[in-house]
Amino acid sequence: MEAIFVRSLAWVALAAIALLMAAGAHDGAFAVHMTIFAIAGLIAAFAGAQGIAILRPTARDLAGRYDDQVVRWGVIATVFWGMVGFLVGLVIATQLAFPLLNFEPYLNFGRLRPLHTSAVIFAFGGNALLATSFYVVQRTGRVRLAFPSLARFVFWGYQLFIILAATGYVLGVTEAREYAEPEWYVDLWLTVVWVAYAAVFIATVVRRREPHIYVANWFYLAFIITIAVLHIVNNLAVPVSFLGSKSYSAFAGVQDALTQWWYGHNAVGFFLTAGFLAMMYYFVPKQAERPVYSYRLSIVHFWSLIFLYIWAGPHHLHYTALPDWAQTLGMVFSVMLWMPSWGGMINGLMTLNGAWDKIRTDPIIRMMVAALAFYGMSTFEGPMMSVKTVNSLSHYTNWTIGHVHSGALGWNGMITFAAIYYLVPRLWHRERLYSLRFVNWHFWLAVVGIALYASSMWVAGITQGLMWREYGADGYLVYSFADVVKAMHPYYVMRIGGGLLYFVGAILMVWNVWATILGKQRREAPLHQAAYDAAADRPLPAKVEG
Amino acid sequence: MGEGKHIDPATGTETVGHEWDGIEELDTPMPRWWLLTLYATIVFAIGYTIYYPAWPMIGGATAGLSHWSSRDQLSAEMKSESARRKPLMLALAQIPVERLPDDSKLMHAAIQGGAAAFRVNCVQCHGSGAAGGKGYANLNDDDWLWGGDLKTIYQTIDHGVRFAPDPATRVSQMPAFGRDGLLPPAQIGDVAAYVMTLSGAARPGASAARGSLVFAATCAACHGADGKGNRLLGAPNLTDRIWLYGGDRETIVETLTNGRGGVMPAWGGRLDPATVKMLAAYVHSLGGGEKFVPDAEPQGEAQAEAGKVPAPVKQNASR
Repeated sequence: MEAIFVRSLAWVALAAIALLMAAGAHDGAFAVHMTIFAIAGLIAAFAGAQGIAILRPTARDLAGRYDDQVVRWGVIATVFWGMVGFLVGLVIATQLAFPLLNFEPYLNFGRLRPLHTSAVIFAFGGNALLATSFYVVQRTGRVRLAFPSLARFVFWGYQLFIILAATGYVLGVTEAREYAEPEWYVDLWLTVVWVAYAAVFIATVVRRREPHIYVANWFYLAFIITIAVLHIVNNLAVPVSFLGSKSYSAFAGVQDALTQWWYGHNAVGFFLTAGFLAMMYYFVPKQAERPVYSYRLSIVHFWSLIFLYIWAGPHHLHYTALPDWAQTLGMVFSVMLWMPSWGGMINGLMTLNGAWDKIRTDPIIRMMVAALAFYGMSTFEGPMMSVKTVNSLSHYTNWTIGHVHSGALGWNGMITFAAIYYLVPRLWHRERLYSLRFVNWHFWLAVVGIALYASSMWVAGITQGLMWREYGADGYLVYSFADVVKAMHPYYVMRIGGGLLYFVGAILMVWNVWATILGKQRREAPLHQAAYDAAADRPLPAKVEG
Repeated sequence: MGEGKHIDPATGTETVGHEWDGIEELDTPMPRWWLLTLYATIVFAIGYTIYYPAWPMIGGATAGLSHWSSRDQLSAEMKSESARRKPLMLALAQIPVERLPDDSKLMHAAIQGGAAAFRVNCVQCHGSGAAGGKGYANLNDDDWLWGGDLKTIYQTIDHGVRFAPDPATRVSQMPAFGRDGLLPPAQIGDVAAYVMTLSGAARPGASAARGSLVFAATCAACHGADGKGNRLLGAPNLTDRIWLYGGDRETIVETLTNGRGGVMPAWGGRLDPATVKMLAAYVHSLGGGEKFVPDAEPQGEAQAEAGKVPAPVKQNASR
């Protein structure tokens, strides 16, 4: 009881400090952010004093084998932030097609775009990684989560980071670093949260009751440790004042650019690839009820992936002030990354050996297979676009946007949806999902949406690149910049359609997840009427793949 | 390790013997094509880094067998392109702009180059189709404020319009008749009514009749007694249906009340003379280009060069 009192007192004290900082703030945004900090501190004090019933672990949590409360919160946060991120994405896509929809100053494209990227990568993706890593590490280590209070701090601290980042973007607070826009004080807060996350995860791995560490946990570890290093180095900065929101980077010129893209590329590599491969390595074999295809492949592709990824960042700066030698290395490391990336796809897809029929019968498996297919496509496309000749056409065009979204919507989105559909009935102790037919509809809406999005951006990007470099016979450029912008309009409109389909699919997920949590089951006909014929379902012989 | 090994019946492959939460792993060898492709990309990477600059050393990076550099490649490409264009640029520099039509090949090249320069420098105001907008002249029609022959267009682009830093810039000023109290609002309404009759946009009436008297006394000095304008002063022709700011009654009243005085920068200070010539050729080619008449030359040029085009009001009012 005394410990609870001391802890609450500490939170109140921190809230008071934040309020003082808000009072002395040099700019409005800093005052807003310190006030948010103070409110969060007071809520933490109140919750710590057992004041909020729903935040207390249930009897089932305390008696159960695993500590799943944080995982349940994480799943809800994933769904919630996913919808925010998709909606803002839809809004900015519409703004690009119809610029009149920019509402100054808070809701213009420049401020909403980082809100979209951060919401989908760090809020949707980050919560998915947080929730699944806590779920997976307990089960594959046969041990409860280490430091349960700290784990709860990690979750709520991370939500506070998201709120600070999101409000900062709308208020115009930015470091202008891609995928790392939050200012110095938000970065410091995230560092605290992330170190706590690493402590919880690593301690749980250390306490495991299994002789070996499962491959998913290697990937989670690589993700957690590397993101910590990337975040700290990329955000080294000098604040103009300790009571203001502005800071200046510790690096200058091309070194700053390279640091930024070393971070930016590996945010993709370790957040969106390694982290989500960890999810894949647990949920695909579980859902397929099949052993992982190849242990050896998982070792070789893990180590080659994490060794090579970290060097590939310079390919974002081809044909810039970056020295040629660094561009060369960025390109060749990206080319070498092709097979290590595909190792994950092979291991995921071939895990279905002996269960291929499930693609037909299980929409969750179908989602996983689509995720792996999109993962394979974008990890081939990435090395291809890093080749300087290709890059000289694709760079700065919508092709890059198409590439990113085939990865983000296809790989990260689909594997997360599949994991959510796997988790929700188990976490809330429900017999099954509210509706498998909803999952099926979600799958098809998402696939068609991605196809529309990616193909319109591919065509737009290649058109854009070709128009920019089109010279007439006399040696002059044929098109003005505005001509090219105008040519993009139909593709921008098509993209809205793709995004809309994806969003509608996600709405079905919200419905499905919510109804499942409430314990409802939709009365629906089974997805497949055809009688299952075991004799006709012959697994491929292993020799063919070897 | 190894105690849980067994043959997976579906694939016939042995497991490694680990098990986590029900997940096992097969001991399948790595796919050969995967391994070979990985090796191939590594071999490619090594070869590429030997040929191109790649490895950072203490005193600088390795230059590679090719000694290639992006800066060298760019400067070589720029050099060869400028060598290819040298005769053309030389010819353009030498030829007086009004003589361009005599050399149809040169004229064609100048129009192409001018179009490219226009797309970079002019579209921001005049639009990518050169159709202009409110306050920005449409360059496709044959209605010219300062004149539409090659030499006059060149002069306008070279020195700009009401561009203070250039002493030879084109200067004139439509007075703010209402704001400065030169005419009472009622008379401004009358003049607007009269001006609208000039282009046939409105029928003559009592107001227009009163306005015609004011026009003759106040406006005709620049716009001419017939309202056809005066190119020496950049005074627009009021009898056509082409309007820079708008020909509806409200806009004309606004123009009369507050005056007008758009600005165009002097491009001579930013672009080389050959490019300005090319721009003149391109603008001339858009549809309204007029033939150069040598007679008009001495008067126009003398005035422009002196920078003392008679302007009714102080020059800085528009800036």
